[in-house]
Amino acid sequence: MAEVTAKQVLFEPIFSNNPIGLQILGICSALAVTTSMNVTIVMCLSVIAVTAFSNLAVSLVRTQIPNSIRIIVQMTIIASLVIVVDQILKAYAYEISKQLSVFVGLIITNCIVMGRAEGFAMKNGPWLSFLDGVGNGMGYSIMLLFVAFFRELLGAGSLFGVTLLSPVNEGGWYITNGLLLLPPSAFFIIGLAIWGLRAWMPEQVEEPDYKMSRHTHKEAF
Amino acid sequence: MAKAKETVSRTLFVALVLSIVFSVVVSTAAVVLRPAQIKNQNLDIKTNILSAAGMLPQGAGAEEIEEVFAQFEVRLVDLDTGDYVEPSSVDVKDPMKYDMYKAASDPKMSTKIPASEDKAGIKRRPNIAKVYTLSENGNLKRVVLPIHGYGLWSTLYGFMSLEGDLNTIEGLGFYAHAETPGLGGEVDNPRWKSQWAGKELYGEDKTEPQIRLMKGGVGANTPDKEHKVDALSGATLTSRGVQQLVNYWMGDRGYAPFLKKLREGEV
Repeated sequence: MAEVTAKQVLFEPIFSNNPIGLQILGICSALAVTTSMNVTIVMCLSVIAVTAFSNLAVSLVRTQIPNSIRIIVQMTIIASLVIVVDQILKAYAYEISKQLSVFVGLIITNCIVMGRAEGFAMKNGPWLSFLDGVGNGMGYSIMLLFVAFFRELLGAGSLFGVTLLSPVNEGGWYITNGLLLLPPSAFFIIGLAIWGLRAWMPEQVEEPDYKMSRHTHKEAF
Repeated sequence: MAKAKETVSRTLFVALVLSIVFSVVVSTAAVVLRPAQIKNQNLDIKTNILSAAGMLPQGAGAEEIEEVFAQFEVRLVDLDTGDYVEPSSVDVKDPMKYDMYKAASDPKMSTKIPASEDKAGIKRRPNIAKVYTLSENGNLKRVVLPIHGYGLWSTLYGFMSLEGDLNTIEGLGFYAHAETPGLGGEVDNPRWKSQWAGKELYGEDKTEPQIRLMKGGVGANTPDKEHKVDALSGATLTSRGVQQLVNYWMGDRGYAPFLKKLREGEV
């Protein structure tokens, strides 16, 4: 494996190797928690904390983990951290933790966390692993905030709960786009974001699996 | 080294140490943060009650909420007879500690609702409910009653606040539901909620609640408009759910016996 620098592991996941944009991981929670910016920010911070500290913990014990149980060891570490984060939110950010409900617990199943623990922290030192966790968490966050920005603005006419486009339901002029409040809309926004990202960085475009051969035979008629 | 860590005893050892370390971490977090969490939950319930009663001061802090809430008297009511009961009958000292939604799933503390009567879609009803009354100079000024029932996707939990005549609605609010955002989720819209104020629950006979959610809205000329509220647009089933649950809880099987006794000064 090529040597990596701290700067690379921290900043590469943001645009050039974005976990959602390039690896298409962690989509599930990106659909569920992006209806408002406030909720999204708390979710992002939780994911950054969990990926960073789980990477750190896995990396610290990586030489001790027997290969046969390494996945379950990583799971235990991640699950414990998620429970701690959930408890902290319930104690200090009750309103938002109510809105996030099960999705904090579901960070355990977020492929990014597991993927970084297995793919990076098992092979690298604690400091680099920690930064890698922060970096990937930020890559995830950038994408979520991008999605939440459009969903809250166009779906509810507000940002961070502050009304910008006053909606018809409350006596204003803006007809809110109900689709954007429903989970599928996040697919469209993520899709558009990935398109934009790949237009900007064409090296992210995958090789096509196959090419249609040229049409060479003349048909009968 | 690589060889040594793959033995069975080594694997068991690592698994054991890991489990112990992380169970300590998790249980410490749970124990240390528990008081703050309970405080939050209690504050949340009080905030919801005050908000249904329209008594929530703008941007109030925790102490202010506690202070305003302290005006309320928390009582337990037997729904069948409509009489107050002592907290000791449900094994609690402080009536605030009684959880009627937990009681609803306990066969000893709840009654199964026959399907034909289960308008609110809740299957079981607790025998004893927790009500909040507010009196001024010995006169009853308002009563806040917990209500719940099924909408489209979820059970809606909320409070209804009645004025001292126990017929005029002062406010209604739901604090927990999972209805479609933007459609059924508009039960949280302050403009929609504000219509409930001043509506009347019962007709002349004071027994059967008459609340209707009207498609197309309630105009100045709508007959019986004192019982009618606009339905939520695009949310027929949530609107129907709200209508049914309000009428269920304010009816014979819900709070009607209690409200009747309270109106006649029997409790």
